[in-house]
Amino acid sequence: MLNNKQQDKAAIQKQYQDFASAREPKRPIALNCIRAFIGGGIICTIGQGIQWFFINYFNFDEKTAGDPTVAVLIMISVLLTSLGVYDHIAQWAGAGSAVPVTGFANTIASASLDNKSEGFVLGVGGNMFKIAGPVIVFGVFSAFIVAIIKVIITSIGGM
Amino acid sequence: MEKFMLAFIIGGFICVIGQLLMDGLKLTPAHTMVTLVVSGAILGGLGLYDDLIAFAGAGASVPISNFGNQLVKGALQEAEKTGIVGVLTGIFKITSAGISAAIIFGFLASILCKPKG
Amino acid sequence: MLQGNQTWVFKSKPVIIGSSAIGGPFEAQGNLAEDFDILHSDIWLGQDSYEQAEQKILEEACETAIKKAGLQKEDIQFFLSGDLINQIMPSSFTARNLAIPYLGIYGACSSSMEGISLASLMIDSGFAQRALVGTSSHNAACEKQYRYPTEYGAQKPPTAQWTVTGAGAAVVAKEGQGPRIVASTVGRVIDMGLSDPFNMGAAMAPAAVDTIEAHFRDLNLTPAYYDLIATGDLGRVGHRIAADLLAQHGLAIPKEKLTDCGILMYKENQPVFAGGSGCACIATTTFGHFLNRMQKGELQRILVIATGALLSPMSYQQKETIPCIAYAVSIEM
Repeated sequence: MLNNKQQDKAAIQKQYQDFASAREPKRPIALNCIRAFIGGGIICTIGQGIQWFFINYFNFDEKTAGDPTVAVLIMISVLLTSLGVYDHIAQWAGAGSAVPVTGFANTIASASLDNKSEGFVLGVGGNMFKIAGPVIVFGVFSAFIVAIIKVIITSIGGM
Repeated sequence: MEKFMLAFIIGGFICVIGQLLMDGLKLTPAHTMVTLVVSGAILGGLGLYDDLIAFAGAGASVPISNFGNQLVKGALQEAEKTGIVGVLTGIFKITSAGISAAIIFGFLASILCKPKG
Repeated sequence: MLQGNQTWVFKSKPVIIGSSAIGGPFEAQGNLAEDFDILHSDIWLGQDSYEQAEQKILEEACETAIKKAGLQKEDIQFFLSGDLINQIMPSSFTARNLAIPYLGIYGACSSSMEGISLASLMIDSGFAQRALVGTSSHNAACEKQYRYPTEYGAQKPPTAQWTVTGAGAAVVAKEGQGPRIVASTVGRVIDMGLSDPFNMGAAMAPAAVDTIEAHFRDLNLTPAYYDLIATGDLGRVGHRIAADLLAQHGLAIPKEKLTDCGILMYKENQPVFAGGSGCACIATTTFGHFLNRMQKGELQRILVIATGALLSPMSYQQKETIPCIAYAVSIEM
């Protein structure tokens, strides 16, 4: 339970936050969504194209073409990150470049590059997963929970 | 042609969801990606994500949400073969290509290049 | 001499006998390029890390200021410096290279005026004859430490600011020719519960307003006394908020008189979002542009209010809000 003084302080802070918020430029949400749609759509279409390429020119089928496609997209993303271009694309495309797997590769490449000055072992090795780490940790943990639940349900005789 | 259009639309749509999480809910990019990965894992567990991939191709397989789906798929496929311990041994089976490529090429980048700042 | 609650009036009016402003590529394309002593075309300066590059820039600023004051390193008794890098690394390593007795300080982006305040105090009270004050910031080093890796594709909101890559230094002395430091108001830490590291302007505005009010209250002055009142790095967002807040508190300052270094630094077409920030923002603008204008006779009395956001990457992760501070320094020709 907040006492009177804390309640006053909280009220003053809230008053200021509203005051400030009214004077700030708002994020152009609609415009950002349109850009994200276009940027993400383009990257996924490129992915589709690469997949088509692997299916038709190499001996891959729908199922197995996924791996080399992802690998190629990652290579492209790392290259663009190293050239200093990916962050400019991202400022325009927002989630359109962060959500595809290219964004994942960008987090790893950018963290590696920036921490090169601290050496390869502690700098690059130790910091590579600064932003990608949460994705891997939560991906694995949630996959673990989901899989366990499904296995249990299946063995009881469900799905 | 139709496959390409669907890839564009569905891929774009998933990215818009990410943009709304970032701009609307003010989540950081890391929180946004985590949300999408976990969602992908849940949809994968429900067997729905593969249907999405069959429909939209790269539009569903390129976004990071598929990473969650593939982690679950790997775990379940292995569990089917070797029992419940397969959940642990199989998680990275399908995603190995993606993670390995990211680490290897990211490291190569740090050897060969300097950031532009 | 203490006047009022938190203001020091320096009876002997310590003189700035030499000052310098060093900048990087963005600053070279900016509005104040002509007032920089040296402008670098790349942010690495031939070093192996951003942090080492920042240290080189700071050292350059210090040496240039000493040279312009017509002195040698040995003539300076004390060196006060602070910056944004962990454990103020650039400042400490510069102090090592300069070999001047050193007082490391930290006020985030307000470090320069915290330094000027302390240096003036030392000179006015007879505890020093000549003191060097320096500060620096580096865009890439700051992004790497406080936000994201520099090549990372995170979309910045319109309230974000651009850290100035540069350094500013000033030699403050008991005797000599130059602009004089008349008074300094030490600010309180103000925290209005904001926590977005991409919106510093709104977080720092209340601290600037609090210190400005304290300054005018302690010295019994009005804004009319000054030709120019400049905040450090509130940027376009914080500047607007501060102006409105001051007006609301009955201390309206005319638009032509109230400005912000973060707005002055860059041109409209540069991709700097809400404007410049970083320790070097107010330091290079004051020690370069403003002092030059004073020497030319365009300005007689100015009040510069350096603003700082006292957050750390860890405080943000621990869901803390952003406490801020501001120091006001009055300089007269």
